[in-house]
Amino acid sequence: MSEPTTLAMRDTLNTIYRTESRRVLATLIRLLGNFELAEEALHDAFAAALTQWQRDGVPNNPRAWLVSAGRFKAIDQLRRRARFDASLDDIAQQFDLEHEVSVDDSSDEEVQDDQLRLIFTCCHPSLSADAQLALTLREVCGLTTEEIARAFLSTPATIAQRIVRAKAKIRDAKIPYEVPAQAELNARLDSVLQVIYLVFNEGYSASAGDQLTRNTLSNEAIRLGRLLCELLPDPEALGLLALMLLHESRSAARTTADGDLILLDQQDRTVWDHAQIAEGSALIVRALESRRFGPYTLQAAIAAVHAEASSASATDWNEIVGLYDLLLRVSPSPVVALNRAVAVAMRDGAEAGVALIEAILARGELADYYLAHAARAELYRRLGRNAEAKSAYSQALALTRLEPEQRFLNKQLAELAAEA
Amino acid sequence: MKYLALVYFDEKAMAAMPEPDWASLNRECIACVDHLKDSGHYLGGSPLESTDTATTLRVRNGKLSTTDGPFAETKEQLAGFYMLEARDLNEAIQLASKIPPARYGSVEVRPVRELEAYRLPEAS
Repeated sequence: MSEPTTLAMRDTLNTIYRTESRRVLATLIRLLGNFELAEEALHDAFAAALTQWQRDGVPNNPRAWLVSAGRFKAIDQLRRRARFDASLDDIAQQFDLEHEVSVDDSSDEEVQDDQLRLIFTCCHPSLSADAQLALTLREVCGLTTEEIARAFLSTPATIAQRIVRAKAKIRDAKIPYEVPAQAELNARLDSVLQVIYLVFNEGYSASAGDQLTRNTLSNEAIRLGRLLCELLPDPEALGLLALMLLHESRSAARTTADGDLILLDQQDRTVWDHAQIAEGSALIVRALESRRFGPYTLQAAIAAVHAEASSASATDWNEIVGLYDLLLRVSPSPVVALNRAVAVAMRDGAEAGVALIEAILARGELADYYLAHAARAELYRRLGRNAEAKSAYSQALALTRLEPEQRFLNKQLAELAAEA
Repeated sequence: MKYLALVYFDEKAMAAMPEPDWASLNRECIACVDHLKDSGHYLGGSPLESTDTATTLRVRNGKLSTTDGPFAETKEQLAGFYMLEARDLNEAIQLASKIPPARYGSVEVRPVRELEAYRLPEAS
């Protein structure tokens, strides 16, 4: 075989790897009942494809071919190991038998179910939050341990160990490879949505790490959100995807060329991504129509009201406050109360907002949350109470270790000093 | 697959529970066990007397030493256990979520480890 053909075949395989490898893996895990075995099988199947497709051409259904090849490779592997361990031979035979009766392991429907099984297994609440994140990025998104480590400012060894432990727990505690039954579905879906949103936030607001890694994570989270909406179009899944798209639509306007933060009211709204805004808004309409929406949809709706306004002053603050009221009812939290207070300040004036924030802090909540102090500082400044503004900015500064935030707060303090 | 469900709660808080509530909780536990037996998921179990009655022992260099009380002071104390037969962890979690004290304390679900692989072949 000639060198250029090999290169062309590698290109073809790379493309197929990108589009199909996660689906093939999801199905192989179901068929083999074991993550490690499935990963080896996936690897072996692609290696076999390189030589065999070169010779016989690309099969009509590459995915089915890869699943089948992966499965045979795994059975082979088990047989070879069985020479040392008799119990494995039974397992290998069992796979063989099951194969005879299985109708079509790679029908579209079955493959979609496998992808959902994989997502729900990786996001199982019996795994630690860290493990869920790492496992989802590795198995569902196909990121390498190196990429995950870079994104979470960790070492590949730590991430690899986390993934190995999570897989051991799946095996030893027998976490089933299944989509949860209807009765558990909502609670389990929450756990999946949380993982996806964590991935997104890590990318969106991560303190350190290079811009490229951050974008990777945001994009992966949006891709996961899309996949979930395709597989299981629950209103909150739609709401989460909408929320991520609406946040992402502002990414080009969020920072200056030097990486300094630009607050929402000062952002250049012409650089917001209007395609993402339109897609997000359409998803919110679908989620709201279901009347089974929750906190993600409400947060997305708030982001959409911002997105639809031509400027901060043209924003419908009354509607935003109303949405925050709803959000506080379905998922009460001091951070939501803080955001509501800022919206009230925009609607009714800084005085009203400050009173609400001081009340939250007086309850002992958010005392260590830099944004609470930064928001308070901003409102005091608008009221001309510069001494209080200065003290609040200083408190905020002491509470954040993120460099862009520190620069922003220092700049505000410098401006205050200049005004004095 | 076998899972052990370890039931923990704050003994002090439970001791402060009015007698009729405590009696009703115990009746619920009886019903829970009956239900698990009927469905074939119950392999065994029991509530435990309070940690006041506990003795912890250690054997070091062949010497036995005993101390009063549980191994560690914790906010919630071991109050009972259920040995369950379940298809997988999801079923075990579902079964354990019906254990009445789960509403007050917590239930730890652990798969049972098999020792058989370590048995030496019998000389025959």
